Amino acid sequence: MSAPFDPQGLLSEQAGYAVAVVLGLGFGFFLERAGFGSARKLTAQFYLYDMAVFKVMFTAIVTAMLGLALLSAIGWLDLGEIFLVPTYLVPQLVGGLLLGVGFVAGGYCPGTSMVGIATGRVDAAVYALGIFAGLAAFAQAYPAIEGFAKSTALGEVTFPDLLGVPFWVVAIPVAVMAYGAFKGAAVLERRFSHLRPR
Amino acid sequence: MSTIATSSAGGRAAARAGRPDAPWNPYVAGFGLGLVLLAAFVIMGRGLGASGTFSALLVWVLSFFSVDYVTSNPVHAGYWNDGAPLMAWLVFLSAGCFAGAAVSGWLARRSALVVEKGPRIDTGARLALAFAGGMVMGIGAKLASGCTSGQALTGGALLNVGSWTFMIAVFVGGYAVAAFFRRQWL
Repeated sequence: MSAPFDPQGLLSEQAGYAVAVVLGLGFGFFLERAGFGSARKLTAQFYLYDMAVFKVMFTAIVTAMLGLALLSAIGWLDLGEIFLVPTYLVPQLVGGLLLGVGFVAGGYCPGTSMVGIATGRVDAAVYALGIFAGLAAFAQAYPAIEGFAKSTALGEVTFPDLLGVPFWVVAIPVAVMAYGAFKGAAVLERRFSHLRPR
Repeated sequence: MSTIATSSAGGRAAARAGRPDAPWNPYVAGFGLGLVLLAAFVIMGRGLGASGTFSALLVWVLSFFSVDYVTSNPVHAGYWNDGAPLMAWLVFLSAGCFAGAAVSGWLARRSALVVEKGPRIDTGARLALAFAGGMVMGIGAKLASGCTSGQALTGGALLNVGSWTFMIAVFVGGYAVAAFFRRQWL
């Protein structure tokens, strides 16, 4: 038996939902443990005195990425069976810029707003209402922007695909770069520590 | 700090009882999060996500007003799921996420009915910005086909080209406008 399991039809629909709830429990738990129910903690990232967002995100990315690299290198996991969001380069670039603006203005991202609501943050609930408004506006405007939203389509593509190399050949340098960035983050936090509340 | 150190043991315990715990070391929390993400890849062949749940919830609410509107709009129709928009994998993931966060916040005494903001902005202005920011986020997440969870975290670990483009853009966008929102947070 090899991974991933669900794409081979090894799980019933109900079992898939049960797995989702369990994974979700872990997802919410670790986000909250990091302090990510607080918009001030999250947005501190953009004022450089507390770069927990960057550290948590990239530690999670590197952990999962190295896990995938190892499991696929020993032939136990088929990376080709893992769902990839197709790349639409310019729409994803513009969408990312908007998300960054929405993050600093609103204080959360969609996942952390759930954590905020679950721990009583009123602003997170109002932020979530804003998300609904944004989604509704996008859907309403979609016929007008569909052309742009589907532009610069590259399909399902990863950097290892692009370079024609095994997954680990890219994963290991990325992990090393992340380690360097963590060191850099500590330097920035010291330099901007005067901005930390109290 | 010194007042706590010199007070009685009972006083220390009482002071601790009402005070929220400090967050975990970010590398420890990030490692845990990474293992959850890896488990999602291994078991389900997919990563995590959050914005899809908002899309599904919106479709569910809109369907009480007009099923025709939902099914005729190409964006909403994608979440209609033959009339059961909430029977979606991401919705179950988010239900777990909500519960996991609630338990963690309660254990750490971090749960409180508050508005997160800096000292130099009033609550009304903060909530208005929260709504506006959410709206921009909603539009951006649709355009990017994902948010910080489904794109940055999941696609980041998969070395997805679009996800890394997206992730860098999120940080660029945030830092580009951070100065304008300083009063809200600092």
